[in-house]
Amino acid sequence: MTPLSGSMVPRLARGMRLTEDRTRGRLVIQAPERLFVPDETAVHVLQLIDGARTLDQVIDELAQRFAAPRGEIATDVQEMLADLMERRVVVA
Amino acid sequence: MTPPPPIGLLAELTHRCPLRCPYCSNPLDLVRGSDELSAAEWTRLFHEAAELGVLQVHLSGGEPAARRDLPEIVAGAHAAGLYTNLITSGVTLDEAGVRELARAGLDHVQLSVQDSEHTSADRIGGLPGGHVRKMAFAAAVAALDLALTLNAVVHKQNLDRLDEMIALALRLGADRLEIAHVQYHGWALANRDALLPSRAQLDAATALVARVREELRGRLVIDYVIPDYHAVRPKPCMGGWGQQVIVVTPRGRALPCHAAESLPGLTFENVRHSGLRAIWYESASFNRYRGTDWMQPPCRDCENAERDWGGCRCQAHALTGDAAATDPVCDLSPRHALVQAAVVRADASARAFVYRQFGNAPATVDA
Repeated sequence: MTPLSGSMVPRLARGMRLTEDRTRGRLVIQAPERLFVPDETAVHVLQLIDGARTLDQVIDELAQRFAAPRGEIATDVQEMLADLMERRVVVA
Repeated sequence: MTPPPPIGLLAELTHRCPLRCPYCSNPLDLVRGSDELSAAEWTRLFHEAAELGVLQVHLSGGEPAARRDLPEIVAGAHAAGLYTNLITSGVTLDEAGVRELARAGLDHVQLSVQDSEHTSADRIGGLPGGHVRKMAFAAAVAALDLALTLNAVVHKQNLDRLDEMIALALRLGADRLEIAHVQYHGWALANRDALLPSRAQLDAATALVARVREELRGRLVIDYVIPDYHAVRPKPCMGGWGQQVIVVTPRGRALPCHAAESLPGLTFENVRHSGLRAIWYESASFNRYRGTDWMQPPCRDCENAERDWGGCRCQAHALTGDAAATDPVCDLSPRHALVQAAVVRADASARAFVYRQFGNAPATVDA
């Protein structure tokens, strides 16, 4: 996998909406005729992806929030984003 | 066991449609415009649905834009907090119309196409000039940066141009392409001989999709499933009877599947008179084929029982005469030969079909 550039600015693709599913007590990504149910880690990432922060800023923020080594966080976030971009949930 | 709350609401706003596609999923007995639910009734229903756990509403028809109050209906769905999907032929909406819908809160547009080029597309859709209007509509959607899925409905008369339909999706800037094999209910069943593709055609299409999907990864999402008549196992129709989706007809009848009115011995509640929650959890119709208790062998003892839910009840009834039978699409069904025979017969048949329009239903449908 080619690492994603730290300066890219990821955002949810058009037609994707991160919303609260109150009935089932979870956050979901509403997508055209489908639904993605992100795990807890993905939710943290998705909430920071706002079309303004760069990937580096997202990683910094998470590393700080969880007091975790930046390298580990970076690997996790990169992998997750690459997968979401392949499925066109996230674009940059 | 308590069923899960529903995820989706398929709102059939009207049966009116300027197109006359011979594979329409609407019933042969089409509803006229005068008796349709009002925008206020739909809005009330959307709030009930959201309360019940529905997340997405699919505004369908007929052609939903045949209703002049469509913006009001979209606004109602949006206000209820639902993800709002418009399933349209695209032939009646101009740019101002699309903009009004986007402003009302529309999240996504699914545009159907009948073929990659206008001569064949207009013949299949039964509307001269229709394909060109669809292209203009797609441009208007793109200009507003609305999410767009192209829905290419495929069958034996256009499947050989699937590569061109994929190219069309890219050209129109679609985010997603749904390659939808015709499902043989209603009008499509009546026209099955003219539409059902051959095995060779299907295999070529499937190979093409596998190749192109890889090439277009990250650019275009392609949805494609092997169609029933060439499959080994049936699909979980609507995700299972009363498991995920509620269909509401133009007149307000709540159905577990859009063809459910074709089943004998079932009465369907109307959302004008009954609450959606009571319909979903308590009605005899939604409980009739819910879960696995109703199943007969081979479904009853099958490890796939809760995966495909025995397939489609309407298809089982239409083909075998027994709504509780295993969907004959399944090769474990004792009636599977019916499906194989249909493929053989379609291979030898001509291309003539009956257009879907009021008063044009064939008197009898030979399954």
